Amino acid sequence: MRRPVAVRVVGPTQWVLLPTLAVAVVSLILATPVKLFGFSLPEVVLPLTLAFAWPLIRPSVLGPVMLFVLGVYLDLLWGGPLGLWSACLLAVYGGVLASRSFLAGQETRVLFAWYAVCTLGAFALAYLIVAIRAGNPPSLLALFWQVVPTLLLFPVSAWLIERFDDGDTRFR
Amino acid sequence: MAFRDGPFENLKLPLVWTAAGLVVAGIAASVMLLVTDSHSRDGTGPIAPVRAGFTAGAGPLGGLFAAPVRWTGHVASYVGGYFNAVEENRRLRRELEELQPWRDHAIALKNVNTRYEAMLGLRTEPPVPMATARSISEARGPFVNARLIDAGSSRGVRVGNPVVNEHGLVGRVVGAAPNVSRVLLVTDVTSRIPVLIDRTDARAMLTGDGSGNPRLEYVRGQDAVQKGDRVLSSGDGGGLPRGVPIGVVARGIDGSWRVKLFSDRGAIDYVRVMLFEDFGQLADPEALNAAPLAGLAAAPPPTPAQAAAIADAQARRQAAAEAAARRPAPAPATTQTPPPPPPAPPATTEGPA
Repeated sequence: MRRPVAVRVVGPTQWVLLPTLAVAVVSLILATPVKLFGFSLPEVVLPLTLAFAWPLIRPSVLGPVMLFVLGVYLDLLWGGPLGLWSACLLAVYGGVLASRSFLAGQETRVLFAWYAVCTLGAFALAYLIVAIRAGNPPSLLALFWQVVPTLLLFPVSAWLIERFDDGDTRFR
Repeated sequence: MAFRDGPFENLKLPLVWTAAGLVVAGIAASVMLLVTDSHSRDGTGPIAPVRAGFTAGAGPLGGLFAAPVRWTGHVASYVGGYFNAVEENRRLRRELEELQPWRDHAIALKNVNTRYEAMLGLRTEPPVPMATARSISEARGPFVNARLIDAGSSRGVRVGNPVVNEHGLVGRVVGAAPNVSRVLLVTDVTSRIPVLIDRTDARAMLTGDGSGNPRLEYVRGQDAVQKGDRVLSSGDGGGLPRGVPIGVVARGIDGSWRVKLFSDRGAIDYVRVMLFEDFGQLADPEALNAAPLAGLAAAPPPTPAQAAAIADAQARRQAAAEAAARRPAPAPATTQTPPPPPPAPPATTEGPA
């Protein structure tokens, strides 16, 4: 008699909801006003990693909705203009979704290059919106110090893609 | 009839197109939010209550999550302080030697200043009450520089109150919930602070740009600014008290005048909110807009002595008028005659006449 094999279904809870929650909590922790050995904690835009990974894992309805929610959450947490980061995150999601057929199966280096392009595009959009609203362009040096740590988050995106790409057996 | 048995049985939308449609709808909603939210950062606008609610909820939650990080920071600070104790001790001794003559000088100047104020009858600004608070979370990116502090409207904090630390100006309150407030730092891209240069009394505008050193713009006068000049708040516009220390002038990489902030000299974990009220807050608009004689309706009735004095004055005026009427009119003359003397003052001095 064959014993039944437990099949672990990887659903939206694993690759959408839990990462969303993790990103929200880590963003909250990174907003702590503490200095370690004279340096402040980095202020990275963590949801950009999800906006890049989710369309490559699988197009979904939940992804854009969660990105919109995360964008509004970041704006409220940081006190920025409401709608700024939701627009930028969804722009990245849309861009990766449009180039999905090209990116599928590419090497990690190609994915990183596209991640860098998307990140720079998102920050350029945010820079433009803030400069127009405030009538005062933000410092490019300060922008650099937020872009670089965000670029260094690419391994999070790569891990998500590797872990969950086609992980849902219902889509095989 | 189940949905799958209806006319939509064979309707299948590709998932990519569904996601793309949601992306477009989400971007449109974001743009609408951006347009609607144009005024909520100064405490007004339709989304301001949403921000206040989120701030009230995120404040304690942020404090809870931040506690381990804060403890780690304290440990790191303790260890760093232990290793740097000798160097710091030497530096502090040197500073103490430099500052002791300044302390004596300041005491003498304060004494002279107090005497001058008394002699000239100057109306100096009253002392401003303070509320001490701790930072809960902060945004330090290029687009937003703000902090949440754990003091709110329940402790008298209001939108517009200046926030300082022991070194100088940190920012001002832009949102106040009952127990949490949001402080817009002077480095934020939307921050504008009217300042003066201490040496020349020249006025300028301190404009944040997301970097650590805000720009000095609209500097009036020729050679009004030099490297190393102290920058203070000018108090223009009434939003800040005059004379709050802000920083010293320095040249930026781009050649513009910038300010090295005094508040950066120490951690701004703990700040003080100045419960300062500008002229706009002090003035009662209803009292200003009241009719000129509206106060008479609320005036108390005269005392018997005052009533007698008023009646006496009326009788004297009436008698003087009758005497003037009985007097014959003077004949026309070519030479100008002096005017008649004024009537004698009333005999009584009790009460207003």
